[in-house]
Amino acid sequence: MNRYPLWKYLMIAVVLLIGVIYSVPNFFPSEPAVQLSPKVEQAIDPATMQRFEQALQAQGLTIRASENNGQQALFRFEDTDVQLKASEALKAAVGDQFVVALNLAPSTPSWLRALNANPMFLGLDLRGGVHFLMEVDMKAALDKQINRYEDEFRDFLREQDIKYLGIAREGDTVLAKFRDAASRDAAMAAFGKEYQNSLQFTALPDTNDLQASISQTAMLDIQKFALQQNITTLRKRVNELGVAEPVIQQQGANRIVVQLPGVQDTARAKEILGATATLEFRLVDEQNDPTQAQQSGRAPIGSQLYKERSGDPILLKRQVMLTGDFIIDASSGFDENSRPAVHITLDGKGATRFNKVTGENVQKLMGVVFIENKIETQEVDGQMVKTSKTTQEVINVARIQEQLGKRFQITGLDSPKEARDLALLLRAGALAAPVYIVEERTVGPSMGKENIEKGFNSNIWGFAAVVLFMVIYYRVFGVISSLALAINGFFLFALLSMIQATLTLPGLAGIALTLGMAIDANVLINERIREELRAGASPQAAINVGYERAWGTIIDSNLTTLIAGIALFLLGSGPVKGFAVVLCLGILTSMFSAVTVSRAIVNLVYGYKPRLQKLAI
Amino acid sequence: MIEFFSLKKVIPFMRYGKTTTAISLGTFLFSVFSLFFYGLNLGVDFTGGTVMEVRYAQAAPIDTIREAIKATGYHEVAVQNFGSTQDVLIRLPLKEGVSSAQVSEQIMGVLKTSTPDVTLSKVDFVGGQVGQELYENGGLALILVAAGIIIYLAFRFEWRFAVSATVANMHDVVIILGLFAFFQWQFDLTVLAGILAILGYSVNESVVVFDRIRENIRTMRDETISNIIDSAITSTMSRTIITHLSTQIMVFAMLWFGGEALHNFALALTIGIMFGIYSSVLVASPLLLMLGLKREHMIPKEDEKMEGMNADGSIV
Repeated sequence: MNRYPLWKYLMIAVVLLIGVIYSVPNFFPSEPAVQLSPKVEQAIDPATMQRFEQALQAQGLTIRASENNGQQALFRFEDTDVQLKASEALKAAVGDQFVVALNLAPSTPSWLRALNANPMFLGLDLRGGVHFLMEVDMKAALDKQINRYEDEFRDFLREQDIKYLGIAREGDTVLAKFRDAASRDAAMAAFGKEYQNSLQFTALPDTNDLQASISQTAMLDIQKFALQQNITTLRKRVNELGVAEPVIQQQGANRIVVQLPGVQDTARAKEILGATATLEFRLVDEQNDPTQAQQSGRAPIGSQLYKERSGDPILLKRQVMLTGDFIIDASSGFDENSRPAVHITLDGKGATRFNKVTGENVQKLMGVVFIENKIETQEVDGQMVKTSKTTQEVINVARIQEQLGKRFQITGLDSPKEARDLALLLRAGALAAPVYIVEERTVGPSMGKENIEKGFNSNIWGFAAVVLFMVIYYRVFGVISSLALAINGFFLFALLSMIQATLTLPGLAGIALTLGMAIDANVLINERIREELRAGASPQAAINVGYERAWGTIIDSNLTTLIAGIALFLLGSGPVKGFAVVLCLGILTSMFSAVTVSRAIVNLVYGYKPRLQKLAI
Repeated sequence: MIEFFSLKKVIPFMRYGKTTTAISLGTFLFSVFSLFFYGLNLGVDFTGGTVMEVRYAQAAPIDTIREAIKATGYHEVAVQNFGSTQDVLIRLPLKEGVSSAQVSEQIMGVLKTSTPDVTLSKVDFVGGQVGQELYENGGLALILVAAGIIIYLAFRFEWRFAVSATVANMHDVVIILGLFAFFQWQFDLTVLAGILAILGYSVNESVVVFDRIRENIRTMRDETISNIIDSAITSTMSRTIITHLSTQIMVFAMLWFGGEALHNFALALTIGIMFGIYSSVLVASPLLLMLGLKREHMIPKEDEKMEGMNADGSIV
């Protein structure tokens, strides 16, 4: 009656083995290491690895182990002292091409890693670091697109040879004015063909005006693009910060999560992540007097009034020769007169375009506009309103000496640091729309260490106390329940490690709570067995009936808790979600371990004793 | 064998139904009252704002810190010790015009000028809008959990069971919230997670009793529903106490060893566990009676017509 067939024992043994294998990596300490990843996506070949190793050996540093998975190289060291020296040596050796980051690599033995048994990631609250939640300013993204249409329309109508009176932005629409209905209709037909998916055109009654508004689907596309572009850009920027294992993820429709483990210099991180800066190259309007324009407050048609760094006004042509979008690389350095400069490389399309316009305008003045976006919060009518403030500044004016091509440089920067920052931002690409930080959580490294100790301690003490109690109260069956509980702990750890969950403090609390609750199933079973014994059943029958009767109750009570867990997971964010994952998985593992595993042990202990007189329960 | 509850006699819980309902109603009203008058002491997760934890090498000069921060233009600043004299908690409200993400650097800069050996252990900054969303999602989660449980129980048992369990459950949640309001304990995301876990845990309790009631209805054919419920509660009493005890042991470990971060979470769980026992036994079950549970609700008529059926409903 209380015997499992062999296959069941074997199955449990296999599952148990898997549970142990996949949970043990969590118990190995981590080692100080230095991680190298290329800034441009490229594989690390053995020759490069050799170069790294030579750089380290030149400094007399011993490498404990090295790994190269193609995308990343990792060197492990004896202690943090060597690790820091190695990081410096590597930084000096590899220069600008690689991100050198300090890392704590798990010391899981290689045969375990070969089985893909890796430890869980530790959340920021357990190891220190910064967490940012950033919101993308979608209105700004839309604004930018509308402005772009405004410019495009002019070019387009000119190309199509349709005469127009003017094109202006009006709210979220672009208004094109025409002399007569005939040219308006011609424009409408041409526009309709060109922009059929993205724009809706309406002829305004009683006038010859045409209104263009962005369609709903196009709007969603713009937002999706802005978010994607920003994620890509943020990823590149984070790369520049030299962080091992950063997390950059979308959250919801317009938010991005950025987690930087181990980062302490939050000020620098924020500066790099949050700024949106781009360049525009425009021709200087040399016909008109900027001082006069500044006094009257009105720029001549086709020009725009800017300020130079010195504060002097300057007039630039409205038309943009080139925007920062075409820049593929930028590095800082010095020009021939040892002034700080940024060396810029353009992509093919940008180079062709720039080549053409600079060729047409040799000997004319060109201004470089540095555009920076910042977010400011203001209170309007009792509500917090965020406005993005754009500062535009002409950082450099130079006469175009010759036709410029793919590579050129800009000067006129205040300091080498500014040149570096600008180069970094340009290299990382511009954000499609400004982002602002709506949530920031920083945990210091010592705090993280403390949290993990406390979390583990409470688990261990709680577990020990429960085991003690169970053994005293239920004797042999208490031992069996405790074994099942411990196995449950292993299963839970193994599952969490397999899905590569991030272990956080609430997650640790979840583990403690689940273990506490998991014993419920065993208590239900043990009590049932006692009841059956009291009612006069034979020991073997009591075990059998006890397990069977308790099963329905266990299912019902656990499934209701599971419902709560799933709701928590669906709606929760951050700590609540982490907690929910543990809760849900814990319920599943505890149902298995409390029923199947404990039954298997009971069967092994009692099932093969035909003349069983008494149960130790 | 050791037994805490070797109950030979069935305790007539249902006879006290009116009394326990009155007690429940009393605590419930007290909680609603507390919530209404004191309100929850919402943490930065929900209200938005900045909370910083800094550590000093020596005992922290609280007054100096307070003055220094006030001088930067923040009002309603809370500066207090927690854990030890070296650890200081600084709470700052959202401030208009300042990109709130820069607050922490500004404050750290100020603190460092007077005492250079101060280190930042933790910063939590949450924007107002994010807080509001979390708050709404929390409420939504509560409703969704309740709905899920009602549907599951209505499907597995009967609607009276579902309603009773949910009322008992909500009773627990409101009492936890009420106590948090009354004592002005900080209510943050982790506490919310604790409360939602209790929601699952407490219904777990009710289900165990319900399960036994359902079983007893099938086996104890000549008893009144009231007696059946009493017997179900009595026979599961031992298990109830032991399960709660073991869960509470874990929670106590969290309360004692888990540090500041888990303190309120463990507190919410403790209250939830206490009231979970009470409500499953003395709220959910009397409600079943009040809702008019009858034997017919649990045993389909067709079954009774079957021939050769044993007392326990089985056909051999």
